[in-house]
Amino acid sequence: MGKFLEISEFSCGYPGHFVLNEISFGIEKGHFVGIIGPNGSGKTTLFRGISGELPTLKGKITLNGQQTQRMSLREKARNIAVVTQHIEVGNMTVEEYVIMGRIPYQKQFQFFETGEDLAITEKYMKLTGIDNLRDKNMNSLSGGEQQLAGIARALTQEPELLLLDEPTSHLDITHQVQILNLIQRLSEELSLTVLMIIHDLNLAGEYCDTLLMMQKGTLRKTGTPHEVLNYLDIEAVYDTVVITRTNPVSGKPVVFLVSEKTMKKV
Amino acid sequence: MQKKYLQWLIFIVVLLVLLLVAILVSLSAGEVKITAGKLTEIFATKDSIEYTVLTRIRFPRIVLAVAVGGALSLSGAILQGIYRNPLVEPYTLGISGGAALGVAIVMVAGIQLHNYFILPFFGFAGALVTLFLVYSLSVRRAGLSMNSMLLIGVMVSFVASSAMMFLMSLTTADNIQNIVFWVMGSLDEPNSVLIKIAFWSAVAGLIISIFFARPLNALRLGEVKARHLGIDTGTTIKLLFVLSSVLTGIAVSVAGVIGFVGLVIPHLIRLIIGNDYRVLLLGSFLGGAIFLVLSDTLARTVIAPNELPIGVITGFAGGLVFIVVLSRSGSKYKMK
Repeated sequence: MGKFLEISEFSCGYPGHFVLNEISFGIEKGHFVGIIGPNGSGKTTLFRGISGELPTLKGKITLNGQQTQRMSLREKARNIAVVTQHIEVGNMTVEEYVIMGRIPYQKQFQFFETGEDLAITEKYMKLTGIDNLRDKNMNSLSGGEQQLAGIARALTQEPELLLLDEPTSHLDITHQVQILNLIQRLSEELSLTVLMIIHDLNLAGEYCDTLLMMQKGTLRKTGTPHEVLNYLDIEAVYDTVVITRTNPVSGKPVVFLVSEKTMKKV
Repeated sequence: MQKKYLQWLIFIVVLLVLLLVAILVSLSAGEVKITAGKLTEIFATKDSIEYTVLTRIRFPRIVLAVAVGGALSLSGAILQGIYRNPLVEPYTLGISGGAALGVAIVMVAGIQLHNYFILPFFGFAGALVTLFLVYSLSVRRAGLSMNSMLLIGVMVSFVASSAMMFLMSLTTADNIQNIVFWVMGSLDEPNSVLIKIAFWSAVAGLIISIFFARPLNALRLGEVKARHLGIDTGTTIKLLFVLSSVLTGIAVSVAGVIGFVGLVIPHLIRLIIGNDYRVLLLGSFLGGAIFLVLSDTLARTVIAPNELPIGVITGFAGGLVFIVVLSRSGSKYKMK
């Protein structure tokens, strides 16, 4: 016991539908954790279970010693922030959008934002580099900018745990790297614990401290990128032939795909 | 942010001034012409025909117009917020249709019409029964299904209007005329108790709704995101649904079916001041009140000494404004 985020024998979902089966793992505070696995392996279900969107069937989740399933919605929103794959763009300015992260801290009958709300919003808009976009409409932003706004909104919730569902899909490599650099920096500087679903195994290996590999609703493997990204596990989980090497500069694992045609030649 | 609050304040003050102007226009217009300058004099002397006309006829109508216009518009704004759909209003959800059916049943059954409370009571009951139907038919395991609720509302509305036509085909010509006139709506309500009930419940509804401004804002991001921000969306949506149904039920039961207010006014307010519910709710209420006071003034005066059904005026004015606004703003127009 005693990890910052401790998930033990956790099952969630609706009976009769896809459920997550007895997942257990622990994460240290300030770690940047990647969740990998093929489509339908339960990555998003795990997220929805942790955030409380799906009912718990079994098991416990404790965050900083507190069981999250016993928290009120408001309490949970102060501890866990979620950035989903598609940023819901309303017809509002970036600043209006980001300041919504303060809602869990505002009193029931509080009508206006406090100075503290404004200061915190300002701080995270600056940190994510979107303070120059504050008066722009969310609808007019590019995909990358919307993701940054989503992250800024999540940060204004001042959470202990940040859940990111594929923040870099649909983005070009410039923006992928920009966002991952930002998240890595945040997790180090704010010692924020980050759980991120990511499809790109090479980005996962390069950026994350720990990887969780999911398969068919269960957790197949946990460990450092080198421990998880080996060709045996990847081939078993993804049913694809790969070769793994080490990045000569970063020392992190790199995964190469091999096409059917090449395979036949070899 | 501070600049935004100032804009809101100015906007609300402008609406209040416009409402005052609309009330003055409505007080002075009509068969007995009374210029605005003379109003203070008349109110000071208190024993002229004009005084009676103002206090017994015009002023109660204005109060009712403010209540009904405010309530319908507010109800529309709330429903659009919880459905996240700009085309939802009491009409679309079948609440108005249910109320009309309730009234038609009473008229056809010939229950004593000289009791002032019978018709409103059945109108209100009709609205609530419809609400209950729409609500219970669309409850799903994972909460309310918004889309099915909308479709069910439209269908219930159709069924109610068919049932009403069925009743009309069975009944006397007199009854048909009464029903048709009621369905078209009128602010001619002789019972001052009903006017007071309508006014104070509309004001109460407004105050209650403003406490929900923050959850409604969070819902602009969708139900899932609102929950991530700590909003108990299930309870909030249920409460708001009941609130807007009660508001509509009261409005429809005293004034008949007055369409378009709940659709057009919140839209115009959104276009002018934005989608923040902290200003939108009060703005919609005031906007609806202004719109209905002016519409009623027109209804009373255009073909005087006869009176147009107010539903005709709001339908024309509302529909036209809506088309113009939509075609001008084009694809830029988005709600949420």
